[in-house]
This record gives sequence, C-alpha cells and structure tokens, in this order.
Amino acid sequence: MLSNIGNTLLFLNILLGISIIYLSLQNLKNSKILISKKIYHICLFQSTFILICFFTLVSAFIISDFSIINVYENSHSLKPFFYKFSGTWGNHEGSLLLWVIILTIFSFLFLLYNKHHPKNYRIYSLIIQNVLILGFLFFLFFNSNPFSKVLPIPKEGLGLNPILQDPALAIHPPLLYIGFVGSSIYFSAAIASLLTNYSGKLFAQSIKNWVLISWSFQTLGILAGSVWAYYELGWGGFWFWDPVENASLLPWFAMSALLHSLIVLEKRNLLYFWVIVLCLLTFILSVTGTFLVRSGILNSVHTFANDPSRGVYILVFLSLMIFASVLLFFNKFKNTSYNLNSNSKETFILINNWFMIFYLITVLLGTVYPIFTEVLTDHKVSVGPPFYNTVIIPIVILFLLFMSVGPQIQWIKNKFYNLNLFFKILIGSIFINFSIVYLFKGYSLLSNFIIISAVFLVISSLVDLYKSYKKIKENYSRILSHLSFGFLILFIGLNYNFSIEKDFNLKLGEKKNFENYSVEFKDLRLEDFKNYKAVIGEFKIYNSEKNLNQFLYPEIRIYENPSTITYEASIRSGILKDYYITMSNIDRSDYYNIKFQKKPFMIWIWISVIFISLGGFLRLYQNAKKDY
Amino acid sequence: MRIKITIFFIIVNFNIVSAADSSVELNKVLKNLRCLICQGQSVADSNSEFAQTIKLVVQDQIADGKSEKEIYDFLVEKYGEWIVYKPPLNKVNSVLWLFPYLVFVIGGLLIFLLLKKRNNH
Amino acid sequence: MQKKIIKSTIILFIIFIIGVFFIGLNKNSIYDTKNLVGQKIANVQLEHFSENRIITEVDLKKNNFTLINFWSSWCSPCRKEHPMLLKLNKEKNLQLLGVNFKDKKINALKFLRDLGDPYNVLARDELGKHSINFGIYGIPESILINKDLVIIKKFIGPISQDDYRYIKNIVRK
Repeated sequence: MLSNIGNTLLFLNILLGISIIYLSLQNLKNSKILISKKIYHICLFQSTFILICFFTLVSAFIISDFSIINVYENSHSLKPFFYKFSGTWGNHEGSLLLWVIILTIFSFLFLLYNKHHPKNYRIYSLIIQNVLILGFLFFLFFNSNPFSKVLPIPKEGLGLNPILQDPALAIHPPLLYIGFVGSSIYFSAAIASLLTNYSGKLFAQSIKNWVLISWSFQTLGILAGSVWAYYELGWGGFWFWDPVENASLLPWFAMSALLHSLIVLEKRNLLYFWVIVLCLLTFILSVTGTFLVRSGILNSVHTFANDPSRGVYILVFLSLMIFASVLLFFNKFKNTSYNLNSNSKETFILINNWFMIFYLITVLLGTVYPIFTEVLTDHKVSVGPPFYNTVIIPIVILFLLFMSVGPQIQWIKNKFYNLNLFFKILIGSIFINFSIVYLFKGYSLLSNFIIISAVFLVISSLVDLYKSYKKIKENYSRILSHLSFGFLILFIGLNYNFSIEKDFNLKLGEKKNFENYSVEFKDLRLEDFKNYKAVIGEFKIYNSEKNLNQFLYPEIRIYENPSTITYEASIRSGILKDYYITMSNIDRSDYYNIKFQKKPFMIWIWISVIFISLGGFLRLYQNAKKDY
Repeated sequence: MRIKITIFFIIVNFNIVSAADSSVELNKVLKNLRCLICQGQSVADSNSEFAQTIKLVVQDQIADGKSEKEIYDFLVEKYGEWIVYKPPLNKVNSVLWLFPYLVFVIGGLLIFLLLKKRNNH
Repeated sequence: MQKKIIKSTIILFIIFIIGVFFIGLNKNSIYDTKNLVGQKIANVQLEHFSENRIITEVDLKKNNFTLINFWSSWCSPCRKEHPMLLKLNKEKNLQLLGVNFKDKKINALKFLRDLGDPYNVLARDELGKHSINFGIYGIPESILINKDLVIIKKFIGPISQDDYRYIKNIVRK
C-alpha cells in the first residue's frame, strides 16, 4: 500500500519536473515580464508531493511496514520510536530521497524569494535546478528505489546498525544535506547567470543568502558528524581524516571561499568569473563526495552498503555536469581587468580564497590518491591523518595571521595606521603562549606557532569587536565567526597537546598507575536491556594531585538485531576536560583492554564550531532585516 | 627596540619548548599504522588480534632503540605501503606530497601578478 | 588561442580523472598482501614447539621447498585446511613448517592428535610477535618459499583444493 503511494508520488514528481522545464521554456519565448502563475503552482505541487512522498516513507518506518525492502533491511519493530523515524534517512535510498527533497524545496524557495531579479535569469535557474532534480529522481526511481517491495513479506526487520542509533547521527544527514545539496541552487543560478549574462552585484545579491544558509548548515552538519564519531566510535578522537569526513569538508572549503569572494563581487563588482567557478565547484564537489562515499570506491569506516551500479550512475551524471559547466564557462569567459590594491580588503579576501583552495586541493588529492595509485600502478597506499597534519598545519599558522589582519583592512585602499596595534597584539599572544608553556607543559615548536597565531586571531577579533561596538557597525556576524574560529584552533591545539592517552590491559580488581592518575577496575556485571545485553565495567579514576575520584562505566553491548557487538565509551564531560574510557574484551583471556583518555576542552571545541555557524545565521538575519 | 623585545620573547619561549623529549612515542606510531583487518581504523584504535600483535612488536622495537622510520620501513616491507597512514615519499607518492605545495606557490604567484599588473597601470 | 589551450588541457585532465574513477569502480577494494612475493625471508628465530631450540634459516634450507603454515587450535578455518596439509605432507620436495599461533600447548597437541600431524617441523609463537616478521595478518595463512628463502606465493585463508594443486605442480617441477 505505502509502497504504491510512494512510487506514484515519485513518478508524479518526475512528470512535474518535466512539465516545469517545458513550461519554463515556453515562458522564455513570450515577452511578458512576469513568470506565469502556472509555474509557481506546479513548483508548489512539486514540493508538496515530494514532502508527502517522504512522509509516506517515514510512516512506513514508523509502522514497520516490512513489505518495503528498505524498511525490512534497516528497521526493526522493537527499535525506539525516535530511531525508527531517523532510520528513514540512515540508509542510501532514504537519504537520497532527502537529497531530492532539498533540491526541490530550494528550487521553489529560490523562485519565490527572487522576485526583483530578471525573469530570464530566474527561469533558467529553475530549468537547470529541475534538470538536477530529474537526474536524481531517475536515479532514485530506477536504481535506488526506497519503496521497492519484498516478497514474501518478512515478519521482522533486520534492524538498524546500533552504532547509527545516536541522536547526533540522526540530525547529521539533514543538516549536512541542507548544506551541500543546498549548494545546488547557486550551481543552477551560476549557470543561469552565464546563460543570461546577468552578472555583477545583482547576481551576488541573489545568491548570497543561499550561500550563507548552506555554509551555516554545512558547518553544523560536520559538527554533528564529529560529535557522533567522538561519542560512538570509541576512539576518543573527533576528526580522523577519513574519506567520508573529507567528503563533507571539501564543499565546506569551497563554500567558505565563495562566502568571502561574494562580498567582493557585491561591494566592488569584481571577481565575477571567480565567483562563478566557486559556485560551480561547490556543487560539483558535493556530488563528487557523494560518488566517493556511495560507490564503495574508497575504504572507509562509514561506507554505505555498496553497489557499483550506483557509482556508475553518479559518475555519469557528475561527468555531464562537469563538462557542461566547463564548456559553458569557457564559452562565456572574458578577460576583465582587475583593479586591485595590494593593501585592501579585496586582496585579503583573495588571500583567504588562496588558502581555501590550497586546503581543498590537499584534502581532495589525499582522498582520491589511493584510487589513482591503485589504477595506475596497481599499488595500494593509505593516506591518513599524518599526511594531512604534515601538509596542512604549518599553512594554518600563516592563514590565521592573515585572518587576523584582513578584516581590519578597508576597501579599495587602506592606510596602515594600525601596524602598531598588531605588533602589541603579537607580543601579547607570544606572552600568553609563553605563560601556558611555563605554567603547564612544553610542546613542539609547531604547536607553539599554532597557539600563538590562534591567540593572535582571538585578540585581534576582540579588538575588532570593541571597535565595532564603538562605531556601531553591523559586522558582528563576521567577528563572531572569526573569533570562534580562533578559539576553535586554540582549543584544538590545547586539546592535542594536553591530552593523556593510555592503553593497557587489566583484570577485574587490578589497578593501573600513571602520572598522577590511577585507574582501578572495580566491578563487572551483565545486564539485560530491551534490545541488547551489556557487559558493564566499573572503573575508579583517582587523581592523587587533586584528590579527585571519578567513576566511569564503559560497556560492551551485544545486540541481536542485527547481531553486532559495540563498545560504548563512558565519558564524563566537564567544563575543563573530559574523562573517557572504553573497554573491550581480549579473546581467550581474563584481561580487558582499557583505553583511558583525558581530553581537555572538548566541550569548547563543539561550542566554537556552533558559534562559527551562528555567525552565518546572524548575517542571514541581518540581511533579511535589511531587505524587508 | 620593540623588535628586540619580541625576538627576546620568542627565543626564551622556544628554548623551553625544544626541551621536549626525543624518544619515540608508542601511541603516535600506533596511530600512524592501519589495522589491516579493520574498516578504516588505526592500530591504536583497534583491539583486534592483529592490532594487539602489532602493538607488542612496535613496543619491542622501540625498546630495542629503533627509530620511528625504521619501524615503518620494517612494517612496509612486510605488509606493503597500505599499512602506514603517512605514505613514504617515493616516485609513486611524489605527486601527493608535492602537488599541494605547487598549488600553494602558483596561487600566491597569481595573486602577486594580479596586484603587480595593477601597480604598473 | 591561449584560452583554447587552457580549455583543452582542463578537459583532457577531467577525462583522465573520470576515467581513473571509472576503472577504480571495478577494482576490488579489499586489501591483501598476496602481491608481496619475491621477497627473501630473513631473521628467522622461531621457538621449537617441543624441543628446547631455535628454528633458523638453516632449517628452512633443508628441502627444496618449504610451506610455512600459521595455525591455531581455536581457528576454525584451520580445521578446514588440515586435510590439504596432510596430503601435502606426502610431497617429497616439500617440507612443512607449522607455526602454532597464540595457542595453549595442550589445545594444540589435542588438535594434532585428533586431526593428524602434517608438520615436519613445528614451531610455537605464543605471543604472535614472530608472525609479523612473516607479514601475517590473520590465520590461517601460509607462505611457500624455495631453498633460497624467496617467497613464491602467499596463501591467505585456508588452503583450498586449487591451492593444493598449485603447490603440487610447483614442487614436482
């Protein structure tokens, strides 16, 4: 039943997409200034139908309709309600439906909110966006149909992988998709802009809020994924440079670059073609990321169930997108003369883009390099954290310094009256770093530079904040994001240098001493829960210096549907530090492998990222207030 | 004068710093090794049979005074380059290591040229 | 003109990347060490299972070919391959070196009593450390080497009927 409704709605959406393209092409021919009401209506239908289609799938998950293969494979009747719901997008097919929803709704909203822009530009954006929608609808309908039936109807589902049953991971895909699928709209707009020669400030104004939305959500989505990895994977880290994580970071770099250069286009009418390149690149990278993640071409912790036919489809679609963009771009490209002064805000924004592109290329290259060596030399290599850390971190120092100075430079031409100030700030930063080293613990030369430059950015942003407060200029959003970014790097640096990680084996009753700490294995018990059994350990952490006791209870969980063993970390989060313990059994022995970690400032890392993204939302709010 | 103060600060600062130890850190080495039988996990993060064995061997090699590089080389010889997360710089991996810097230099050059062009006008 | 060159370079580059992705899709992404053949085995220092002595390279040169087999009583695929090892034991040109991996002595002896003992020489690797020197990452795994201690082939997982035939062909040549 639900399966038929879903399929009908999907099919209807394909028809609607085709009719929108047809009507839009008709509409281009007539000379009326307004877009015909019919198109608005069909777009509204399109968005409504795809939402109903999604709710059909959600209901199938909630009532556990196992006649649908997707529900059967990814749900279980005993699963908690919340995870039945979020399980809808916890699999390839369901998440692809979420893709299409965001493509469709953004298409409608973009049409709705750009009424003062020329008709042809809007119509072309709509056409291109609908071509994208159709491309993904075909993929969804014919290759990855979430409503496929299974016969005979199974009595019970296979269940959702327990490590995916986590609140952070439940909200992770929607956030991330609003981010990088949302970037489709400025891909379409960029193509429309090239086709209709609608360039310059007005074009920048038409897409700037969309870039802000996608960037802010992308930031939050990456955060949710990272929080999940910290709590659920049990390794105590929050970023592993895994291909799947990199896939979400690549569009973020492109968006961040775009976010900045768009300001130059809006204020100074410069860099139009560069902005176009970034618009196109962001969505192309999003689709590339999806290809890398979904096709199984890479070896990762988080791969979806793989199927090469998906890979082929996305790859063909991706190539068409790339070739169309490149050909059109070169067809329209004109060499324009740039009027830039080396000491101006424009230049500093270009410098931001320069760094962003460097990060982007490095991460992209590192992610796909194993594919190249395997295909070309039949030789497998791993590119992991040490590669990225070695290449990226030294450059981050330089980046932070530019980031501190850049915002305080004026448009067009700046007089360097504030050199003195930066000098004082630099000395202050060095002094703070020196105090940390002196009072607590020394660290590597590189870490010193990182912390100095992060503190430099923080102080500069605070000075910036003070100045803006006096002048009542509305750039709090930028200051907020920059300040939080400075704090983010600072906390990551401190977290990295002040973490304690210990890996040891203990028997029940034994105790391990190191530095000022002792970890005692006090108790082990077996408990039955609704959908799993758990072996729960009790550990006493004692800090002799502070005379502090903490109890932690890591678990080994044995799930039956599907049958999996997971290792649940026990985490005591505090304002200054987290204590983190995981426990795993060692085969054929009474010993348990214990990983103890002290992670300083974890909460502050999360908070910094939230504030980075809040900066984006604040700007969005300010823009909206200005417009109405 | 101000420059002198800064330089003084920097020197004092880094002298304390460079006292950091030079011995090979077990955990750091383990984090740079891939657990071959796991999905995208490092040896440090895994508790599989294979990871446990590697941990013992690396521990022994550090105790024998082997350098980090010697340990990686030994394991690469036995298991192939797949086992290390930091690909060694050789002919095959040269593009990986050099291309990012090339992009960085070219990017900087482009911005420089753009600004210079304007100054000549 | 300049624009055309840049355009064609970029397009060719993209075609190259997409081509690589396309071929990459059809490659098996599971890693194994089967390609690591042709290396010479060195620094062999294995503890003998029952005698108080160390097995070294000298022991590996006693026959034209040696099959080094890593096994344990707790590993169930090892039981599956055992009949193949018993058959290989009859080959004249081949000696079998068993390495008992992370096992209890009593269990290992019981295993051999129940299923038969195919090994010419039996070593013991209680902590599994020596297996790393042979590039082992899971058991059962076997390595076929010749008199010069050069690895001819690696068998990852249990030895199959095909593997048996392959080994037979090589040692009889």
